Formats: sequence, C-alpha cells, structure tokens
Amino acid sequence: MARLLFLGRLEDAAGAAQLEVPLAAPTPLAELLALLDPALSQALSGPRLRLALNGTLVSAEGLVVAEGDELAFLPPVSGG
Amino acid sequence: MAEVRLALDPFDPAALLAAFSAAHAEAGGIVSFLGQVRAGEGVDALELRHFAPLTLPGMEELARTAESRFALASLLVVHRSGVMAPGDPIVLVAAASRHRRDAFAAADFVMDHLKSDAWFWKRERAHGAWRWIEPREQDHADLARWA
Repeated sequence: MARLLFLGRLEDAAGAAQLEVPLAAPTPLAELLALLDPALSQALSGPRLRLALNGTLVSAEGLVVAEGDELAFLPPVSGG
Repeated sequence: MAEVRLALDPFDPAALLAAFSAAHAEAGGIVSFLGQVRAGEGVDALELRHFAPLTLPGMEELARTAESRFALASLLVVHRSGVMAPGDPIVLVAAASRHRRDAFAAADFVMDHLKSDAWFWKRERAHGAWRWIEPREQDHADLARWA
C-alpha cells in the first residue's frame, strides 16, 4: 500500500485529500498513475506540479514508489 | 535571529508586534506588514492549507535568506493555516533594522515570497461555494523582481 496525498485544488480532482493504492511491487510513477481514474491521472500529470516522497521534494523523472511510501502531489502555491 | 511561526490558530498581530518592538530596542526602525482576509465580494471564509514536512522549514529558509540579504536586527514571520473569516489576520511580517531602507526591503522580499513561493494553498468560500485561488500574474512578477 502506498499513500497518495493531494494538496490544494488536486483534492477536488481526487475527491479526497488522500488515497491508498495497493502496490504489488515497487512501481514507476507512470504505472502508478495508470492505476488511477483517467481524469485524476491527467490532473496529476501537469507540468507545474511538484512531488514530495515521504516529505522530501523529488523529481518525477525516474521516480519509483514502494510499499509504505507517501507521495504528495503539490500544485502551484498561493499564500499570504 | 529570526522568529518564524506557522500559526494553526488565530494570532494577535498587535501583541506580537509590541513584543517584537520591545525585544529589539536597538533597531532604529521596524517595518511591518499585516495581511488580513478581505471583506466583500460575498466571501465569508478563507482557508489556507499547508504541508507539514515542507511549509515551516521553507518559511525558516526564507527568513535565513532575508537575513543574509538585508542588514537586519531581527525578523518576525507569522503565517496562519486553517479557516479564517473576513478581517482575520493571515500573515504578519516585521523587519527590524538599524536603518529603515533594509527593513522596508526585507518585509517586501519576504511577503513576495510568501505569496507565491511558500508551501501554502488558498481557497475562499463565496455564496456557499469553495474556490481554489492561484497566484496572479502580478504575484509572479513581484517575485521576479528579486531574482
């Protein structure tokens, strides 16, 4: 099981703030996204998104998600 | 040494500013900025979300950068997360310096980065519906001034 976290507007796209995905083995990001609803998968593939794996910013390129990982999808920020 | 806080509950900007001023009597000038929830346009709530592993560490890094860039006696940065009502404080930045120019610039610098380069997400509720707010072009242009 890996936990996906959706920040900001991505929570609306996912319909929840988080989602648990069963993983049989360490899974490349593209394959993980293919397990999801196509509309959500598309929302999570935008070029302006950042990713954090277990609380640390990571690049999408070459990313592999394993059992017990927490992957956060971070859309453009807006504070103040 | 900066004081940086992520406030999960309402804060009192006047009390914080009074304490900050008293603690830095050696500073000849203190510039502060208070951001508050704007009333009007049917908005009855504003929510700021954060991501715990990144948000406060990012604010602390921003404060360190401001302190290395400007000649400051001290810096105070407080940013709310959670649901707020019109008139509630969102953010307080105060920069104390021997001379005013660095204090003005540091407060401006920190605010520009908090608006569009800190780990917060903002949505507002108007007429019963929530809407996520993305940074405006102006926010990005403001940030680019410091590059």
